[in-house]
Amino acid sequence: MIVAGIDVGSKYTKVVLLNENKEIIGTSNVRTGIDHQKTVEEALDEALKAAGISRDDINKFVATGFGKISVPFADSELTQVVAAGKGAYFVWPKVKTVIEVGAEESRAVKVDENGNIKDFALADKCAAGTGSFVDAMVRYLEVPLEEFGRMSLDAKGEVPMNAQCVIFAESEVVSLLHDNVPKPEISRAIHDAIADRVASIARRVGIEDDVVVIGGLANDVGFVDSLKRELGTEVYVPDKIAPELIPALGAALSGL
Amino acid sequence: MEVKVRPLECWNDFKKYRERYYKNYLEAKDKGGIRWAGSAWAFDAIPHGLGEDVYPLTGEPYGATCAFFHDFSRQCLETIERRGVARDLCGYMRNYWGSIAQNKYLLPDGTTVEPFPKPDFNFTIHICCTHAKWYHYAAELEGGVPTYAVDISVGPGYLLDDKRINYVVKQLNDAISWMEKITGREYDDELLIKAVYAEADSMSTWARICKLNQAKPAPLEEKSMFSLYVLNLINRSDPEVAKLYHKLYDEVESRVKRGIGALTYEQFRFLTDNPPPWAFLKVYRYLEKEYGAVSLGAIYTFGLAGGWLGMDEKGEKWIWEPAPTPEEAGVEITNREEALRWTAEYNLRYRASWQHEYSHWIRKLETYQMIKDWNADAIIMHINRGCELWNLSTLEVRDYLVKNNIPVATYEGNMADPRDFDEARTFNVIDSFMQSMGIERISEK
Repeated sequence: MIVAGIDVGSKYTKVVLLNENKEIIGTSNVRTGIDHQKTVEEALDEALKAAGISRDDINKFVATGFGKISVPFADSELTQVVAAGKGAYFVWPKVKTVIEVGAEESRAVKVDENGNIKDFALADKCAAGTGSFVDAMVRYLEVPLEEFGRMSLDAKGEVPMNAQCVIFAESEVVSLLHDNVPKPEISRAIHDAIADRVASIARRVGIEDDVVVIGGLANDVGFVDSLKRELGTEVYVPDKIAPELIPALGAALSGL
Repeated sequence: MEVKVRPLECWNDFKKYRERYYKNYLEAKDKGGIRWAGSAWAFDAIPHGLGEDVYPLTGEPYGATCAFFHDFSRQCLETIERRGVARDLCGYMRNYWGSIAQNKYLLPDGTTVEPFPKPDFNFTIHICCTHAKWYHYAAELEGGVPTYAVDISVGPGYLLDDKRINYVVKQLNDAISWMEKITGREYDDELLIKAVYAEADSMSTWARICKLNQAKPAPLEEKSMFSLYVLNLINRSDPEVAKLYHKLYDEVESRVKRGIGALTYEQFRFLTDNPPPWAFLKVYRYLEKEYGAVSLGAIYTFGLAGGWLGMDEKGEKWIWEPAPTPEEAGVEITNREEALRWTAEYNLRYRASWQHEYSHWIRKLETYQMIKDWNADAIIMHINRGCELWNLSTLEVRDYLVKNNIPVATYEGNMADPRDFDEARTFNVIDSFMQSMGIERISEK
């Protein structure tokens, strides 16, 4: 039996193909275009190609993500909260607190020792604690996204950044640049601001070890470092699978 | 569970009363009557002593009606914001002010008439920063209206003593003299006594109706209850309102005996918290249709309109039992002083929604006990940007409930500002919450 978990995110669409032994046999990660259904087809084709199988080999499709409605052939749908919880528990069985930071949303999910969802909290109408915040800041700093996170670790000191909003943060970054504040310090200030926002969401459900961070921003080492400091505890990023694929993995697991 | 359902027979009685209420206020002057405006929490039995042609308009239900009609609400909110009113103030109040500022009066069917009917006086209470200023500014907007507000900051019911009750009674006595002076009418104590009896009857009967919703299947769902509880917020001291609640009680009791429910399929029972987002009551219908989830009520719906025993004498446990009426308490009210004392004590001691405004701890116990007594599976809490008073302790209560293993979901919105509500995100929260508890959609069964 093969199940396809399809996570239609606001910025990327991810597919994870899982066999009956819960082994990942193929994945894909495609930029979400205007036409969501077309993106889903592209992402699915890419994952099938990676697995070396055809679409007819798939027994079940499970959709998740904000655009899950764009998978008309899905056999079932899974909410992002449950997908995040299931996926994170699978790759990190000691997890109690899952923090997912995607392009447009962040959420915290509390799971029990059996992987059941105990509680969750979502960011409310705010981009300040999401990946799009990073995108906006990178544009202003004119540094490649990949360097932005590492740069943060080189900061020699802390620069306070008060903004809790992407719009105001941009003007604050411009001011810092005009004051000749080095870019690593600015990068760290931005990461601290995001971590502060994300941590406030996570604290709503209560921080309990192990804390696992997933979603696209989990790839940003600067953010993860800031989040560790903000939460005052170790924060783990699963390494068996890219962190942004974990909700798609959770969706696939639910179909087995 | 498959459930037998049938429409409420007295639905139209409640609807007609509400329509007549708003029309009466509008046309009061044509009949030589008196109009007064004030909070739904005001001691509304007091103006009854001015005569049988005295018509109230309570602000919160009016603000909620405005919110229900999105377009009118937006006009109100934008109009009052142009006058410099901050967006983070009470949503009800901003709709009310915006309606006055536009000089448009909204009727329950959504039609508007001009001009906004100016009251002869405002009579309200002080319970929060909003209520302390609501009618002061309304009076300014209306070009000057005599305004009287009763301060009720005496603490929760279980700590009441003579000194605290007297503090309020003294103000009520003073208010009567003030009303006589500004209206030129002689006050009728017999009408006051009648109103005070009716007030307790209406509120205690509503509490008994709420108790009936402990039954499985639930005979009522909260969206419909909003149209029923509201009479206690607009004119509870009217004996006709008390009669309507008795009629409703008989019907709901009969529904319970016959196993008639509110939903055709009930698989999940939940409570809500805070005033609802009035512009988006479809949230309730979504839960019903998708998940067979029945909202049993809230400390808002039950506590605002009902008289309940509340905290026990030691202040350790909340008791959801109807408060006694004068007859049940063995009290005979024969004069003004007794009437004022009764209404002051009844409201201060038994008005559930006042108790938790004094203490977050009370609200935690009140909510927890409601979940237990009504056999609710969970609670869905509205993080309400439109009311500082109610939202002050929402997250504290949430944490308390989670610690006590009660499933809780929260969504953000505003009871009376439709611009603050994200429909897609709210449905996402609901779906996530239901799925996390393993509650299947009805269509998937």
